Amino acid sequence: MSFLEYRIQTVPTGFRKVLYLNWPLIILLTTVCAVGWLMLYSVAGGRIDTWAEPQMKRFAVGLTVMLVVAFIPIWFWRNMSGVAYLVSVGLLVAVDVMGHVGMGAQRWLNFGFITLQPSELMKIALVMMLAAYYDWLPVNKVSRPLWVLLPVGMILLPVALVMVQPDLGTAILLLGGGAVVMFCAGVHWLYFAAVAGLGGGIVTAVLASRGTTWQLLRDYQYRRIDTFLDPSSDPLGAGYHITQAKIALGSGGWTGRGFMQGTQSRLNFLPEKHTDFIFTVVAEEFGFIGACSLLVLYALIIVFCITSAIQMRDRFAALVTLGIAASFFFLFAVNMLMVMGLAPVVGVPLPMVSYGGSAMMVLLTAFGIVQSAHVHRARDR
Amino acid sequence: MTRRALVMGGAMSAIVAVLGARLRYMQVDEADQYRLLAEENRVSIRLIPPHRGQIFDRGGRLIAGNEQNYRVTITREGAGDVPDVLHRLQRVIPLADTDLTRVAEEARKRAAFVPIVVADRITWDDMSRVAVNAPSLPGVVPEVGLSRIYPMDTDFAHVIGYVGPVSERDLAAQEVPDPLLQIPQFQIGKIGVETWMETPLRGQAGTRRIEVNAVGRVMRELDRIEGVAGSDLHLTIDAGIQNFAQARLGEESASVVAMDVQTGAILACASAPSFDPNLFVRGISYADYSVLTENDHRPLANKSVQGAYPPGSTFKMVTALAALEAGVIDAETRVYCPGYYEFGGRRFHCHSRYGHGHANLDLALGKSCDVYFYDISQRVGIDKIAEMGRRLGLGTRHDLPMSAIVEGVMPDRQWKRDSYDQDWRIGDTINASIGQGYVLTSPLQLAVMTARLASGRAVVPHLVKSVGGQDVAVPEAPPLDIPAPLLRMVQRGMHTVSNVQGMTGYNSRIVDPSMIMAGKSGTSQVRNITAAERARGVISNDQLPWNRRDHALFVGYAPFDAPRVAVACVVEHGGGGSAVAAPIVRDVLLRALTGKMPALAAYPQNQRARIETALSELRLRDMDALARATSTPDRA
Repeated sequence: MSFLEYRIQTVPTGFRKVLYLNWPLIILLTTVCAVGWLMLYSVAGGRIDTWAEPQMKRFAVGLTVMLVVAFIPIWFWRNMSGVAYLVSVGLLVAVDVMGHVGMGAQRWLNFGFITLQPSELMKIALVMMLAAYYDWLPVNKVSRPLWVLLPVGMILLPVALVMVQPDLGTAILLLGGGAVVMFCAGVHWLYFAAVAGLGGGIVTAVLASRGTTWQLLRDYQYRRIDTFLDPSSDPLGAGYHITQAKIALGSGGWTGRGFMQGTQSRLNFLPEKHTDFIFTVVAEEFGFIGACSLLVLYALIIVFCITSAIQMRDRFAALVTLGIAASFFFLFAVNMLMVMGLAPVVGVPLPMVSYGGSAMMVLLTAFGIVQSAHVHRARDR
Repeated sequence: MTRRALVMGGAMSAIVAVLGARLRYMQVDEADQYRLLAEENRVSIRLIPPHRGQIFDRGGRLIAGNEQNYRVTITREGAGDVPDVLHRLQRVIPLADTDLTRVAEEARKRAAFVPIVVADRITWDDMSRVAVNAPSLPGVVPEVGLSRIYPMDTDFAHVIGYVGPVSERDLAAQEVPDPLLQIPQFQIGKIGVETWMETPLRGQAGTRRIEVNAVGRVMRELDRIEGVAGSDLHLTIDAGIQNFAQARLGEESASVVAMDVQTGAILACASAPSFDPNLFVRGISYADYSVLTENDHRPLANKSVQGAYPPGSTFKMVTALAALEAGVIDAETRVYCPGYYEFGGRRFHCHSRYGHGHANLDLALGKSCDVYFYDISQRVGIDKIAEMGRRLGLGTRHDLPMSAIVEGVMPDRQWKRDSYDQDWRIGDTINASIGQGYVLTSPLQLAVMTARLASGRAVVPHLVKSVGGQDVAVPEAPPLDIPAPLLRMVQRGMHTVSNVQGMTGYNSRIVDPSMIMAGKSGTSQVRNITAAERARGVISNDQLPWNRRDHALFVGYAPFDAPRVAVACVVEHGGGGSAVAAPIVRDVLLRALTGKMPALAAYPQNQRARIETALSELRLRDMDALARATSTPDRA
């Protein structure tokens, strides 16, 4: 991977920072977003003002934010980590207490001018917090039980707050993102094995608790599990999502039905086609070639993040980059697994492509931090 | 840390590989299956109801047609503010306030694109007004549909029947269900020709493949296959004769059947009182229906084929012919009638209290002497009489495309044993010989009997002349196998009835020599006259309640020399056959033979003034105007 390896020994300042940006990453992100605009234009039946245009405007704002964040030295972000984490926890508590009820769950805070989803903020705040923690913690203490329990607590606090909403998808993403940071920080693999074993136990417990007084999940969540295991059991209810998504996806074939020719999405058989199920539109209209290309674009974003992280000497920078990359990975992987019928429907949007304001803004901000880490990858303190 | 990052990258690569493989599996390997499912989702097949076949009389006059009707629908999607648009619509066409609330309520409940019917069967004027005001009435759509219309309303109600919405029972009756029946508002025949000729009339559904979205909304039409319109029917009935017969029966509870003597074609088949089948097509109101069902004259019954009456003296030709054929009498055989007939200690009365003296066949038929037939029936026996009756078309169901055709009763020994588990008695034969007792016939059967007597052929009645332009084949009727001289004797007797002074039918004779009528009257008792009553003096019909009066019957044919038309008439509780039924038969015969209003020259001089007044008072349709109006609108 020598073509990716270029080292900068001095800390860039001023205009030079523009040159040191991770340009391939910016181009990749923009391309993925462009795919999103195209699909949003298509599912709106050829109307740009329904979804595509607002999405473009948000991207413009988000890109600006990303660049601003990128030019701010990475140490500033490390120092902000604790604040970001505490503010996010505070907002999550606030949303649980007084949040706006929508889609059957409390997820949004309405500030009048903007509705904010604090769980989105939490995704980066948690990664930052953990990265900062391991940056601070001497390497020889990383696997000591006490110093392992502390970050586990940091993860479980927001996970619990999100579960209350309830938002299973985000909770899983937070767990995944946090675990990756701990893994990359070098926590002994036995802990992970233990957690995996515990996880298996919890799943068993969850399934066993069904119908009892101490039932762990809501009924609708159990139904989702049922319909995931057998979509035909509820073809017009919850299984309808999965069945229609699979039909749309599968009917794409090699090359797809062509741009704006997807009958499944155009005729409204696909629910939430502009948000969680937008990947099926890509697959239906552009076929295997189109869907695979998008998958490759996502994979390349991860590849560029990891190669960037590997070159970093700053522990915080590397961990935050890996953590954000992993969170991003979980987003698109869970979404795709879900629409392909390999995972239960948990309501995770396809990053950068699905229509949605705060998710994209938060992601671009997060990539701003990745960029900042990249730009300031030589030690600067 | 680099190592851990690479491990993480490796794990991620594995998941990406899984995603890619899954994509390939679904989109390449399984694509065909999913494509099929997608197509099933997308394409829906809708039926195009075919144009129902029209029904015409033998002269091509429209009896049952299809009327364009106009209705106005509204969609919430198009209207936006439904109540507001409805208020504006109310200024354009008359709408009740209750309609407004009903429509607004329904529009709110249904999907936004579903059209709600605001007004049905509106006039062309209202329709035009809606069309002109369309710009200020968003979401309001004027629509055109076809529905059944019976331009001759009451005249053909019993023959044609009517159509109505498909009921659960209709669906259950289908062996191979026609998907058309599932279409809302689809109508099928409910009774009469509309039911029995349903298959050719209905035609075959067309289909259109349409693309629908997830909520079933039609997005566009992909292709369409036109159906096959139902076949038009031509009936043997002449609307002019039918209308005349129906009008001539007036307010009586009565029926008339007119038949072509040679071919068996039904020329008229009237039943009074009648009803307007258009009421049923539109969905009859409870009030209207009650009026029909509570009427003791039973307007809903098709008396010409459903009514079963004792034929009374009109049956005497059967007894006579059986006796002649058996050789137990000849034309000159005389029977003495003192006014009664004694047998086995019982006394059977003749309708003439003082008797007819020595009666031969001519006089017995002409004066309708009961004793003569009591006597000869003893000589021939019931079985031969019944056999003759059946050969003449009694006790047999004549299959016409009409509902509830009765078989009647032509009793014999076997029949009584089967029905009552009793032996036949001589008294039964005596009763049967004059068409009383167990004998029951419908007016249709009496018309068939008359036609057979007149032609000597076993003519079979038929009603449908052609289906879809193809003439229905009518085989030539085989001879009755009764020696012509014997038949001639009975015919002469029937001629006597109508043409010799003093005979029962003389007052209703036709004087036009080219249209001389032969016939036979009948008066059938509904009640038993007890010996006590007879001793006191039989109460005259006028003094009895309507439903206990005698039925008046008459059968006749003309012209006597070359029979063309046979007519049978039954007037329920009408009184004497010669006084009440005979004039009706005469008038219908004349109408059928002349093809127009009967000429006064055909009537006896002294009756013309009275008859002219009576005929002019009949409310008849303008047949010429109806003939001009036979074209119906094209498919909408």
